[in-house]
Amino acid sequence: MTTIAPVAFRRTVELTIDGRAVTAREGATVLEACRAAGVEIPTLCYLETLTPVNVCRVCVVEVEGGRALVPACSRPVAAGMVVRTDSDRVRTSRRMVLELLASSVDLSTAAGDVHRWIGEYGARPERHGPSAPAAPTRPHAGHHAEPEVGSAATVVQPVKRDNNLYVRDYAKCILCYKCVEACGEDAQNTFAIAVAGRGFDAHISTELDVALPESACVYCGNCIGVCPTGALMFVTEHDLRATGDWDEDRQAVTRTVCPYCGVGCNLEVHVQDDRIVKVTSPLDHDVTSGNLCVKGRFGFAYVEASG
Amino acid sequence: MFGAGGGTSSYREIEETDLVVLWGSNAREAHPIFFHHLLKGLRRGARLFAVDPRRSPSAQWADAWLGIDVGSDIALANAVGNEIIRSGLVNTEFIRRATTGFEEYAAAIAPCTLEEGERLTGVPAALIAELAHEYARAPRAQLCWTLGITEHHTATDNVLALCNLALLTGHVGRYGSGLVPLRGQNNVQGGGDMGALPNKFPGFQDVEDDAVRARFDARWGVRVPPRRGWHLSQMFEAMEKGELRALYVLGENPAQSEADTKRAVRLLEGLEHLVVQDIFLTRTAQLADVVLPAAVAAFETEGTVTSSERRVQRLRPALPPPGEARDDLSILADLSEKLGARWDRPSAEEVWDECRALSPMHAGMRYDRLEALGGIQWPCPSEDHPGTVFLHGRLWDEDPERRGSPAPFSPVEYEPPLDGLSEEFPVRLTTGRRLDSFNTGVQTGSYASPLRRPETIDLCPEDLERLGVGEGELVRVSSRRGAITVPVRLDRSLRPGLAFMTMHFPDQADTNVLTLDSWDPKSGTAEFKATAIRIDPLPAAGDSLLAGTLERAG
Repeated sequence: MTTIAPVAFRRTVELTIDGRAVTAREGATVLEACRAAGVEIPTLCYLETLTPVNVCRVCVVEVEGGRALVPACSRPVAAGMVVRTDSDRVRTSRRMVLELLASSVDLSTAAGDVHRWIGEYGARPERHGPSAPAAPTRPHAGHHAEPEVGSAATVVQPVKRDNNLYVRDYAKCILCYKCVEACGEDAQNTFAIAVAGRGFDAHISTELDVALPESACVYCGNCIGVCPTGALMFVTEHDLRATGDWDEDRQAVTRTVCPYCGVGCNLEVHVQDDRIVKVTSPLDHDVTSGNLCVKGRFGFAYVEASG
Repeated sequence: MFGAGGGTSSYREIEETDLVVLWGSNAREAHPIFFHHLLKGLRRGARLFAVDPRRSPSAQWADAWLGIDVGSDIALANAVGNEIIRSGLVNTEFIRRATTGFEEYAAAIAPCTLEEGERLTGVPAALIAELAHEYARAPRAQLCWTLGITEHHTATDNVLALCNLALLTGHVGRYGSGLVPLRGQNNVQGGGDMGALPNKFPGFQDVEDDAVRARFDARWGVRVPPRRGWHLSQMFEAMEKGELRALYVLGENPAQSEADTKRAVRLLEGLEHLVVQDIFLTRTAQLADVVLPAAVAAFETEGTVTSSERRVQRLRPALPPPGEARDDLSILADLSEKLGARWDRPSAEEVWDECRALSPMHAGMRYDRLEALGGIQWPCPSEDHPGTVFLHGRLWDEDPERRGSPAPFSPVEYEPPLDGLSEEFPVRLTTGRRLDSFNTGVQTGSYASPLRRPETIDLCPEDLERLGVGEGELVRVSSRRGAITVPVRLDRSLRPGLAFMTMHFPDQADTNVLTLDSWDPKSGTAEFKATAIRIDPLPAAGDSLLAGTLERAG
């Protein structure tokens, strides 16, 4: 018996990207059209599996006839659209976003692309002056005294380590909202975290800012899976980094299937020196879309206990 | 079902369906990533009915919760079916063309009125009617279940009762409409697929079919015994009678996972020879004459598993096994040599290719195709076949020949749980899983879950008050088979007379000392879900919560 799921046939539209004629699927975003055409658009808050929230503004492009720059991640293509991804206006805007983030946030564990973009767009975070000194008593991002003239305000704060599975280092948080989306409607629907505060005081918080074990968190770690800067990290990775032993060149990633229930979630097992240091799930596998539960993501200690 | 031992649908179908019935399934905690797919469906406007004795974390997402009395599922299904027939909501055309036995079914369930349903199940008649009407009227509907349906002495009949509803309404064999049994372990489906059943070869081919057996005989160069073997529950009966005297256990912990563990341990101890192959020295392994240390399947071995949507996926070793531990396949190959066979140490892929040669539904699943396609859903009869999203589409075919043999209605009758409530044992204990733990805790006991808390007996506020005990106080829980001591926990998802425990912490509280090992004669599944118990407060024991929480009855 051959049974095939219904396939949705879609129409296409013609548009111009950086002077090139391009065909895109109707309903696709400008970002998707650019990627299909081999044009790189930097993104921070965007992920294929999440609803675009348009907060980071680093993916902006210029659309002819438009007043403001538009976020490529959520603007749908339209017939006859003329898009410029590398105009001065676009480059200036991206440089400003990257520069402000890099001056206020610790990007030391952010994805390599972020550092490449900082270089490519000529962002110079250092011109805002040295980072204002840390104030360890600040409970969360934004509880900052006005920095002295000539120094850069930062979101620096102590690492939150309130459970044995993962740490939250919000000094590295760029407020991309991905963790909030993954904890909420886009995947887990637990709603343990949200953005609290406004402006520079905005920060990721549990309800009433309680510690994770007192919150609604169920430790699925789907927030870690989407975090682009390493603000959310396995305890294993955090501790190996702290001692200088984290070494991705010595790591192998193997894809297998979760040992627990019968859903068949794919695991990517990250192993360094015969030890499991992290578990992720492939974004492009439609069983998990990158998500796991607490057992699948963290329940691997028994493998070592058996040794 | 209807000849194929697997769920009919794919997970993605539940994202696009119109109505979901979760029947005896707490997927939010037991199958969390499946529940993600379900939530996508709810976000798109699907309605959710939850049938569960507990208002579980899954039921809390439902538009309607049917708080059924434990073990009365057939009574509820028959009342739903009868209401669908009585209201003229059956899919007449589908029934005529694609089914048999409707008249007998309709006659058999005619006495199952809404009022009778309410009397037997505790679910208000109006809610039963609502489920019946909504399920029958939905353009597409998914009916999902788990162990709440199958861990009963009527397991097979429970499943048949649900299948009847799908046949009545035509909710099977179409994209978005289907029957979805969620498997409790990562390769329960694969075990069945591969013939780890007493009466089946790989691909659900019947051992007692001479033509099938001849193909296996020819390939293997041996005469396969023409009779079916025993399932687990029959094996324990055979041990009782002395007909089974040697046992080889691979990756299972029956000394703690079997219902009525006192009996299970006694029978295991009485064996002449017990071999256990496991990654840990489990309680069962401690009873063994020989222990074969095994590699961890999911992380240290090569092979395949099959998921609840019939998707065969590859396991790959991420780590070398520790010490002398070896993967199951190489242990079996060595053993075969000692027994005089010559398997020549096959690789996992070579074994798989042999399976593909003998099992038509796996024929097209080459390793490189499994890799490229992210797994393939059976049946996949040829190497250019993409796999099958949903089963039984043939039932809708206009052409009688392609439609094939019709699906039979199976009238089944309600029987109450065997462990009846009485004055002495007035409380119904049911069991289940918690989100962060798994089975007897062998795999989940060692990671630092912040959610983990000790075993408790969970009761509703009314029962706590009736017993005069507070949360955290120890009580003595007794069944007709044994007794344990365990702290009490308040759980507002329960109803008066209904208690809940897990089986995750057998060293703290051996829940299966209480459960009954009577089993379904058709599937061999034990009735873990329905135990009659009594709960007695312990005098002045409230401060010994962490001290010896286990006490076996003599």
